[in-house]
Amino acid sequence: MTFLPRRELPPLLRAIHDPPARLYLRGAAEPELLAQPAVAVVGARACSPYGAQIARRLGRELAAAGVVVFSGLARGIDGEAHRGALETEGHTVAVLGCGIDRDYPAAHSELARSIAERSLLLSEYEPGVEPAPWRFPARNRIIAGLCLATVVVEARERSGALITADFALEEGREVFAVPGEITSSLSAGTNSLLRLGATPLTAAADVLESLGIVVPGPSRPEIGGTAGSMLERLPASVDELVRASGLATAEVAAALAELELAQLATEGDGIYRALA
Amino acid sequence: MLARAVTFALVGLEPRRVEVEAHVQSGVPSFTIVGLVDRACQEAKQRVRSGIKSAELEWPGNKSTVNLAPAELKKEGSGFDLPIALALLAASGQIPRDRLAEHASCGELALDGRLRRVGGVLAVAEGARRAKLERLVCPYEACAEAALAGVEPVGVRHLADAVSYLRGELEPPEYVAANGQPRRRPLDLGDVRGQERARRALELAAAGRHNLLLGGPPGIGKTMLARRLPGILPSLEEEQALEVTRIHSVAGLVDPDHPLIGYPPFRAPHHSASTAAIVGGGPRLRPGEASLAHRGVLLLDELAEFQRPTLEALRQPLEDGEILVARAAGSVWFPARFQLIGTMNLCPCGARGDPGARCSCSAQRLARYRDRLSRALLDRFDLVVTVPRPRATELQAGSGEASEPVRARVVAARMRLAEALPSRTPAADELLTRAVERLPLSGRGRAKVAGVARTIAALAAAEAVLPEHVAEALAYRAPPDLAA
Repeated sequence: MTFLPRRELPPLLRAIHDPPARLYLRGAAEPELLAQPAVAVVGARACSPYGAQIARRLGRELAAAGVVVFSGLARGIDGEAHRGALETEGHTVAVLGCGIDRDYPAAHSELARSIAERSLLLSEYEPGVEPAPWRFPARNRIIAGLCLATVVVEARERSGALITADFALEEGREVFAVPGEITSSLSAGTNSLLRLGATPLTAAADVLESLGIVVPGPSRPEIGGTAGSMLERLPASVDELVRASGLATAEVAAALAELELAQLATEGDGIYRALA
Repeated sequence: MLARAVTFALVGLEPRRVEVEAHVQSGVPSFTIVGLVDRACQEAKQRVRSGIKSAELEWPGNKSTVNLAPAELKKEGSGFDLPIALALLAASGQIPRDRLAEHASCGELALDGRLRRVGGVLAVAEGARRAKLERLVCPYEACAEAALAGVEPVGVRHLADAVSYLRGELEPPEYVAANGQPRRRPLDLGDVRGQERARRALELAAAGRHNLLLGGPPGIGKTMLARRLPGILPSLEEEQALEVTRIHSVAGLVDPDHPLIGYPPFRAPHHSASTAAIVGGGPRLRPGEASLAHRGVLLLDELAEFQRPTLEALRQPLEDGEILVARAAGSVWFPARFQLIGTMNLCPCGARGDPGARCSCSAQRLARYRDRLSRALLDRFDLVVTVPRPRATELQAGSGEASEPVRARVVAARMRLAEALPSRTPAADELLTRAVERLPLSGRGRAKVAGVARTIAALAAAEAVLPEHVAEALAYRAPPDLAA
């Protein structure tokens, strides 16, 4: 465990109007990791399966492109973003709202260990400080401060993720929001960000482009036949696909399993969604 | 004088020979029953005394002692009334002793001397047959049940009839042999609209005897579907039917006129059920719901509302097909090879999976709800299907296929599976290996997918398990986040 005094903080963080006095670090990576291009992926704790899938995918694709993925180790979107990044060779950093030696939330202690093994956990609080609700907004300013861009995946009105977005806007950083269903309360926050002028995010490439990173288009496995036509109809439940395609349930289920194996689709609460 | 009647006490489902010895001697009038009897059996004194008097027989007015041997075996219930009465009557010289010794007997006496049915007559009759006693004197209503064991039942309605029969004055009355199996018309699958995926899973579950978990928001028909499973299951074979009937008989649940249970039983205990109610036990060591569902279906509706210890107790029978109920005094095995069907909401408030409703569950509440199901129990479900709420337009879909054609397919598939298990083609093997690499699939998970794929192949009447069968089987694996 080490700490960085204020004068050694990364320039981006030093530039915000109330940078922390010091940052405590835990993990295998060098502090120089914090100076690399970084993007924050944040959102609701009680997220939908859709949000979880998007967060994971963003984490994976951003980390694979060499961007450090920042988030807050919370349940839901944060955790999924970290996990997505860990699926690649890239880095992900968790900024905690409590002492660096505490695993909060407890359900993510395993995740915290995986992050520490490769990258970094950091906090402005002394080791041993308890998590408290009023520390999380302060933590959010560090997340926003360390990143060139902040992506809000899902957020209700007046949520912590919106606070992060506000900090990012104040510091003139890029803010992206993932468009959601207008009827879902989990999209209320992101949709209002969009109304305020945030950039809609439809793929990881949108963020990468704004950072000037060009990634070669992923080589998508060719999928044809039944599976291909199913892919075009997603998102949908199996029953909807059976009715829309006129195929037998067995065939539809087999085609969807094929898509899952090719990592082109995934299921959440009975609805299949396209991944790419 | 000393006389002896033979009956059988049940230890679990096993009949144990009990000799009811009666001794009538001169002395101060008294009536004592000894031999580790429980309260119901101790109360037999009053019923036997009234019964004998009501039958206009002579109550031995001397010192009467009844001993139920062996003394270390606990005797429970009211089935000993008739043998006690007959032994007393033989001891007081009112019926021939040697003739009584050739018969087994059981039954409860009413105060007016009529005979009442008791549970477990089938097991008692089996005990009699094994003890080479060819005739069982029993209540008339239990005749059909006793006859299933292959003994000759002597059905009597009143203690006086039993006495006349043993004196040789009366032929045993005729009884109607248990022939058909009038089964309440099972609920029909034709009532279910849409739900193609869940229907398909139900058919697979029926064909392969797989355990099935249906998840989804409330009101989408999970329970409705699950209750229609018995209607598509094949009937039981004779040996299995006897097994099932024996268990239900001990629990006192058989229909007196048609005792043989020829169809798979269906049990749906409420989620408030105790562990003893589900796996068996209690002071009288009765079979639980899991054993009553032997060779049939155990439906646990709202799975996550059951107490976790109760659910965990089901893991052993799910693995072994039987339950060991251990007591300080000894342990008893109950068969419990059932098919488990579970239903559950995706979250405690029920709104998850329903696009039209807002889920109010916090992350902690959701985690706590899913904590009730252990990963290990979830692993016992071969088929896991999550059904989202259908859109309004889907409900206009016509009613689905009726149960009968589905049942015909299930029967055909079961026959194919019984003949030979189809093996996987190399291409199917390769797909399965690829799936294990790509998806979070444990060793048990792989075996489950392989088993379901075999069932799919059998339903399709295929010679071997093809890649498409494996692919479909993969679609029914458990989502990783459903349990803790």
